[in-house]
Amino acid sequence: MTDISNLTLAKLRDALKAKKVSASEATDAYLGRLEAAKELNAVITLTADKARGMAKASDARLAKGEGGALEGIPLGIKDLFCTEGVLTTAGSHILDGFTPRYESTVSSNLWRDGAVMLGKLNMDEFAMGSSNETSFYGPVVNPWRRAGDPTPLTPGGSSGGSAASVAAHLCAAATATDTGGSIRQPASLTATVGVKPTYGRCSRWGVVAFASSLDQAGPIARDTRDAAIMLKSMAGHDPKDSTSIDCPVPDYEAAIGQSVKGLKIGVPKEYRLDGMPAEIETLWQQGIDWMKDAGCEIIDISLPLTKYALPVYYIVAPAEASSNLARYDGVKFGHRAKTFDDITSMYENSRAEGFGDEVKRRVLIGTYVLSAGYYDAYYLRAQKVRKKIFDEFTEAYKKVDLILTPSAPSAAFGLGEKADDPVQMYLNDVFTVTANLAGIPGASVPAGLDAQGLPLGLQLLARPFDEETMFKGMYAMEQAAGFSARPDEWWA
Amino acid sequence: MSIDKDTVRKVARLARIAEPEERLEPLAKELSDIFGWIEQLNEVDVEGVEAMASTVDVSLPMRADQLQGGSIGGGQPDNVVANAPKTEDNFFVVPRVVE
Repeated sequence: MTDISNLTLAKLRDALKAKKVSASEATDAYLGRLEAAKELNAVITLTADKARGMAKASDARLAKGEGGALEGIPLGIKDLFCTEGVLTTAGSHILDGFTPRYESTVSSNLWRDGAVMLGKLNMDEFAMGSSNETSFYGPVVNPWRRAGDPTPLTPGGSSGGSAASVAAHLCAAATATDTGGSIRQPASLTATVGVKPTYGRCSRWGVVAFASSLDQAGPIARDTRDAAIMLKSMAGHDPKDSTSIDCPVPDYEAAIGQSVKGLKIGVPKEYRLDGMPAEIETLWQQGIDWMKDAGCEIIDISLPLTKYALPVYYIVAPAEASSNLARYDGVKFGHRAKTFDDITSMYENSRAEGFGDEVKRRVLIGTYVLSAGYYDAYYLRAQKVRKKIFDEFTEAYKKVDLILTPSAPSAAFGLGEKADDPVQMYLNDVFTVTANLAGIPGASVPAGLDAQGLPLGLQLLARPFDEETMFKGMYAMEQAAGFSARPDEWWA
Repeated sequence: MSIDKDTVRKVARLARIAEPEERLEPLAKELSDIFGWIEQLNEVDVEGVEAMASTVDVSLPMRADQLQGGSIGGGQPDNVVANAPKTEDNFFVVPRVVE
């Protein structure tokens, strides 16, 4: 078999079970592609030896007719997941040399099911960014380019390495995390499928913490079925995460292909932004028509607090981050400054050297909003507005089963284009951040190309713990869109 | 909301991040811009609304009061200090803090 890397995860799984291909062949095929794609900068640590060892073990199990749901499937792991004995950086200089002695629950679940780890994928530092430009290891480059224009574009962020490597077929699928849109926005910019499940669905244990009340792991995959297979393995109750929910994980793949007839799809008028490219508006309407043609009922809804979601996020997330990142002090792990006078200057210099500008900015914002005299005005007020946004979704879901919106306000943009204006960069997450604040599941599905040949995604949001209905809707949309474009392999 | 240089200096100190003097003014400008944008939250009526810290509406689960085993269990000081920049006999070593 010569084109292993063109197989979807589901097809590779079936080929492995049928012994048409071995896990070692699949792993070597992907390692070869990863080696050839260095220009994309999607990988921080390649774990070739470990991958070959895991593949060999998978082949032994497959030979005996054994093996789990992901047996022999080569995956990329976002470098936010702690992996035992393998450098874990979170894209930050401050975690230099950090080699965890334990494995995150989500990645453990994948290995339990037989998956193979190819390497650790690049990302914005501590998942703080929407363009991958805050990574200490340099930005990931989007495999997609504007037609006839070699300008390097962002794959989005923070899971830019995950999105780019899935789009470029450097792995069968990848893990990612989403605090304000970090799975769905890069998925939209790279024509991949990204799923942020309900908060509490995937364990946060062993995932480097950014904003604990918002962080949620999920897959980035080539299509809806692959994302469903990945999420089934990643999800599950974990007593080691006190916010992990003890409820059964359904077989999401079984939802694929089920009829969406009669589903009520909400279309919120507040997701129509001034200055949004007309193509996104057109695509959104196209998506509405697809769902209508599939037998869904379209219902106009109103979510008037939408515009306040990002400002709420930029108080809540930095506040939680400033607390979570207090652990990086040059004592327990990672970088320690060479020169200092006393313990305080050791902390201050280690953190000044170890954190990048965006991380420092957010730690300062978080420290400020939590400081005496400002707590009520900022943090408490933001938490109250968050409650109102949550209530607004609860009300909406009394009338509709799913909500359909664009995934991101623009297609991929040039690296460096928005780097000078933090607020402009923050606006990338305008359509995705509401789901994090409300804890609901959301997904981006590739829906079309803009005039320059760049992919655009549409987002479906569902009720808490109703990922199954979301997968049904995603598959219906995927079938209607018939999206099959691929980037030219200019990097190979 | 405008944030001045002195406030940045104070907050950076609280956050234990050394910011050189020449960075304070640009940071004050950046943070003022961000807080200027955040100000729009004042338009929302939050009277009588409870603050929401988490979307998970459950009380913290309790575990049995027993020694834990495996990776989260005790008795593995080597693993605890394995990634520390400086250690001695399984202690973290820091600059002197008492005279």
